[in-house]
Amino acid sequence: MKAFLDDWGLTILTFLPMAGALVVMTIPKINEGLIKAVTLLATLATAAMAALLLGWFSLDEAGSLQYVVDHSWIDVINSRYIMGLDGISLPLVLLTVLVVPLCVIYSFKHLPEPRNPKAFLSLLLILETGMVGTFVAQDLILFFVFFEVVLLPMYFMIGVWGGENRRYAAIKFFLYTLFGSALMLISFLALFFLADGTLAGLQEVNTFDMRALSEGATTAIARTSQLWIFAGMFLGFGVKVPIFPFHTWLPDAHTEAPTVGSVILAAVLLKLGTYGFVRIALPMLPEAAAAWAPVIGLLAVIGIIYGALGCLAQRDMKRLIAFSSVAHMGFVMLGIATMTDFGINAAVFGMVAHGLITGMLFFLAGSVKERYHTLDMSRLGGLLAQAPKMGWMLGFCAMASLGLPGLAGFWGEFPAILASYNPAGILSEVVFRSYMVVAAVGTVLAAGYLLWMLQKAAFGTPREEFANSPDIKDVTKWEYMAWAPMLVLIVALGFYPRLIHEASDPAVGESLVVNVGDEVYGCLEDEDGIDCFEDLRASSAARSQNS
Amino acid sequence: MGWTTSAAAATQTTASVLAAETSEAAEEVLAASGWFLENAWLIPAFPALSFLLILFFGKRFPKRGSEIGILAVGASLVFALAAAIQWISEVNRADDKNAALDAVSTTWTWWQNGGINFTFGTLVDGLAVTLLVVVTIVSLLVHIYSTDYLADDRRYTHFFAFLSFFTASMLFFVLSENTLQMIVGWELVGVCSFVLIGHWWEEKPNSSAALKAMLTNRVGDIGLLVGVSVLFFAAGETFSVLELNERAISGNIEHLPLLVGACALTAAVLSKSGQFFLHTWLPDAMAGPTPVSALIHAATMVVAGVYLIARLYGVFFEGFAIAGSSVNLLAVIGGITTLVGASLAFVQRDIKRVLAYSTISQLGYMVLALGVGAWTAAVFHLFTHAFFKACLFLGSGSVSHAVHSFDMKSDMGGLRKYMPHTYRTFMIASLALAGLPPLAGFWSKDEILAGTGGWGLVGGTGGNGAYTVMLVMGLITAALTAAYMTRCVYLTFFGQYRGHGQPHESGPRIVVPLWILAVLAVGAGWLNLPPGFQLVPENWTERFGHFVEPNEALSYFPKIAHADPSWTLAILSAVVALAGIALAGRYYFGKVAAVSPSATELSDGMVARSSLAAAGHNLLVNKYYLDHLYSGVIAGGVKGPIARAAYKFNQDGIDKVVNEVGERAVQAGHFAYDVIDQKVVDGMVNSSGVAPQLAGEEIRRMQTGKVQTYAGIVFIAAALLALGFIVFL
Repeated sequence: MKAFLDDWGLTILTFLPMAGALVVMTIPKINEGLIKAVTLLATLATAAMAALLLGWFSLDEAGSLQYVVDHSWIDVINSRYIMGLDGISLPLVLLTVLVVPLCVIYSFKHLPEPRNPKAFLSLLLILETGMVGTFVAQDLILFFVFFEVVLLPMYFMIGVWGGENRRYAAIKFFLYTLFGSALMLISFLALFFLADGTLAGLQEVNTFDMRALSEGATTAIARTSQLWIFAGMFLGFGVKVPIFPFHTWLPDAHTEAPTVGSVILAAVLLKLGTYGFVRIALPMLPEAAAAWAPVIGLLAVIGIIYGALGCLAQRDMKRLIAFSSVAHMGFVMLGIATMTDFGINAAVFGMVAHGLITGMLFFLAGSVKERYHTLDMSRLGGLLAQAPKMGWMLGFCAMASLGLPGLAGFWGEFPAILASYNPAGILSEVVFRSYMVVAAVGTVLAAGYLLWMLQKAAFGTPREEFANSPDIKDVTKWEYMAWAPMLVLIVALGFYPRLIHEASDPAVGESLVVNVGDEVYGCLEDEDGIDCFEDLRASSAARSQNS
Repeated sequence: MGWTTSAAAATQTTASVLAAETSEAAEEVLAASGWFLENAWLIPAFPALSFLLILFFGKRFPKRGSEIGILAVGASLVFALAAAIQWISEVNRADDKNAALDAVSTTWTWWQNGGINFTFGTLVDGLAVTLLVVVTIVSLLVHIYSTDYLADDRRYTHFFAFLSFFTASMLFFVLSENTLQMIVGWELVGVCSFVLIGHWWEEKPNSSAALKAMLTNRVGDIGLLVGVSVLFFAAGETFSVLELNERAISGNIEHLPLLVGACALTAAVLSKSGQFFLHTWLPDAMAGPTPVSALIHAATMVVAGVYLIARLYGVFFEGFAIAGSSVNLLAVIGGITTLVGASLAFVQRDIKRVLAYSTISQLGYMVLALGVGAWTAAVFHLFTHAFFKACLFLGSGSVSHAVHSFDMKSDMGGLRKYMPHTYRTFMIASLALAGLPPLAGFWSKDEILAGTGGWGLVGGTGGNGAYTVMLVMGLITAALTAAYMTRCVYLTFFGQYRGHGQPHESGPRIVVPLWILAVLAVGAGWLNLPPGFQLVPENWTERFGHFVEPNEALSYFPKIAHADPSWTLAILSAVVALAGIALAGRYYFGKVAAVSPSATELSDGMVARSSLAAAGHNLLVNKYYLDHLYSGVIAGGVKGPIARAAYKFNQDGIDKVVNEVGERAVQAGHFAYDVIDQKVVDGMVNSSGVAPQLAGEEIRRMQTGKVQTYAGIVFIAAALLALGFIVFL
């Protein structure tokens, strides 16, 4: 079994949904039941595959890539088909394969207009392939391909099944992300060309192999070039996260997207950006990352405050939740910007927690909309009276989202604050401690907008127009099925953060400390890191000349 | 008494030599052992389990879940008492060997990350045991009381579920072995408070009060998060309470981070324990059901901040340099709070609000005590206050049960005839709060006053410093307290009944808890009688301090000095309280009652006659305008203009740029298509006649799609940039 998983595990995991999509496409449109069944089966099979991989995953070696496949792919540019799974990818892959089937289940009874389950569900499956692929790809071109594969299905999901302003939102989403990924691609190419030959353990050949690049790119590339390359990646990943001020696509996309689209967007798509920082930008260019970190940190804390203020200005519940993503992803980025293993662990946790919590909030917003036909908070009210269970779930998720300890959100938020008190040695303590205080202030605002939303939507008595509405019923069977796993996980992770840290901790340590090498890590912890990196580059150049 | 300031040593009296017995420096440290001490985690586990049971299955039980809660909290009480007994016997065992008894710390690894080991566990010592007993006793009584008080409530089961959850969270907090765990407990009790204040969320004022409580506490929580972070790194990466204290005391933490950490944590105390200037949520929190006010907003949750200081006393004591000083942040905050609370209690119509401001004032006493280094006095006051204040709150609930209102002026009066039990217990608890001997409040308040070290007339010196200002503040508050309680008692129980219907005494499930608390309000103070007064045998004195205060041989507790008890000060504080009663009594029982039995104030009183008094009254009625500042200016500003401005900037600033770029790109696309593609390129193609018409159509169709146009432009731009990049770098 292990041998089979080693050879085929990740490939099957990635392409099983795609295969499912192909099958769905052959089924006649009229046969809705079969289409849904096949989709669910495909996503469940993918989840089962992930469970198998998890079962055979060696947690003791969570730091190193497992199930690695490495085949030739595009020889001309020496891009290879490399996939692997480590403790950073694992939680995100699991999150993806969990959320997608739940979305499918939810879609059974909540298919947005203009219906067409065949197209909708095929897109969902293609999306899953793209997302899983991004998290397991270990070659920059392969990564880029998967990163882009995600784009089109989401574009269509918003553009076809979205709200009133869907065309604008969809195009904005598409172009904005594309703009970012174009710059990202440039950076990848620059890495490819500049980090040649001198890399540890490689022949004189350019490579897109992420494993090799993270082992030595930093000593091979001049500081200025690094800064530019990092800037490109920063834009590429930053748009996706989204980091302030590149976030304006997000509220529109979220508001207009169908419920399931919003859920996927919040739960997984945003994580592609932060994952890129953790997996690619930081390990490959630690020096540039350290130079950019104060900027990233600044934008992160601006995002925390700004996103919260944006929330407070909303009338539409869904748009409020969308803005809250800007604030929450700010905490994730702050954790990353500290460049400590503690902070990055917090970021990984924050990604999963935000995925579950905000995903759930979007589910709830979707179901509220379905019942009340509006999300205008000045018209809502009394959800707790009319649909008590749903009201409680909304309260629960609001608490989780505002970072209540004992629920998942807290372990992404507080450790990020803690980490920014003591960032990597190369970074300024004064600057990051100021960020810490601003971020802590952000937690108050988070409580403010979430509780305000709760008060508007759940407390009070229902308005006359909805008082006797037959549409307003409590949580249905299908909603329970779709939501229960997420709710349970929010509690489980809150009580036992080890569930993620057990995997992520060794992997973060590996990518930040071991892979980059002791010398580079030493420079990161050095107050005079800039000089340290210069010396390192000089000695590395001298070494390669000697040999 | 092993350690005193040199100035105080000269004035040591016989009494203080006798007092020395309680904290004689032990020669060795003995590890406490005992099943209940080591398995203290069970105490919060019972109500935690009961929360889940009630939440999911409560409605199926005959008593709709309340019996599960009572059973669970009862079990917790038994275990807490067992732990207390075991602790006392361990202290006695240690005494026999002339040893100090160490705290029982049990830890498990929670998780690891970034090379840091996160643990959770229990820390049991005298302080923790005290709180365990207080919380479980009051919680159990409140449970029983609620079965009657909320019998017809629309969400009875839900109420009991959250009562259990609160009890579990509070006990979890009390047992916290490290600061991270404290954050968890701290926030969980906060959320229980939110849910229970908003129990009747149909009405807007209730949900608004709940929101206000949560948000104000969140403001303080900034301090908690920052303070814990600062101390974590300053102490060499540890959350452990014992280690933080040890390192602070031994000087292993630099003073600046220690001070910053202590200040930040003080901010957290401000909100949670209702200290000035973050106290404004507490009176509003009275929107919750009365049992909740008694349990959460009087006896237990609001003392969490006091407990935090007491628990991390090494950090605060060293951080604020409490020894040898005469002023510090904690003492000042406590002093101001105690005055602010007491003064505001005067102008309330709502009986629960009187009690709420009184709670603020008494919490101020506790913080003041901790600020002047009178640690045991603070904890002791926490202990006694829990009983008499819970009694008062539950009594006010009993009254409102009868008259269906909390408004003293319009709906009460003369109730002593209708509700004898409620009246008697309320009187006892009021006198205890007013601080008349020999009731509980007298002893604990007197210890605080003596602990300031600011007195000098036969004893009352030898404290950590000469906090004379705090002593004066404390004495003024003592008078004010006695006076506003006199007013409250008069308006409620004396004069003529002003409400509707026929009031009646409450049933046994309400009255019995009242009597139990009243008995405790009398007797609890005798646990820590001051030595040297010759009232009782000396080995009966200072029992509480002896068992609760960590021995000074223990490295986790700072070397605090103990001021000598002073009988002159004790008499003065009693006189001051009596004077307060006399003054208020002359006004109400004398003048007001003379006007009419149903009068509540004099129409030609001070406020009417003097513009200065009217201004003062106005200031108090408007609660020092703090609510206007917070709700109107700050919250209103953030939520209104600031949030709107940020959003406008988002839409008309940033987003406009985005849209502009998009439009320009489209224009460029049109230009490229219309001019270059159609006229130049296509023109050339057409004129050459090579391209088949069909393919041209196909291309055109593709290109008119907006997305493709954009995508094309972006990719071309990217390619050009890439080229430039590679060439130039």
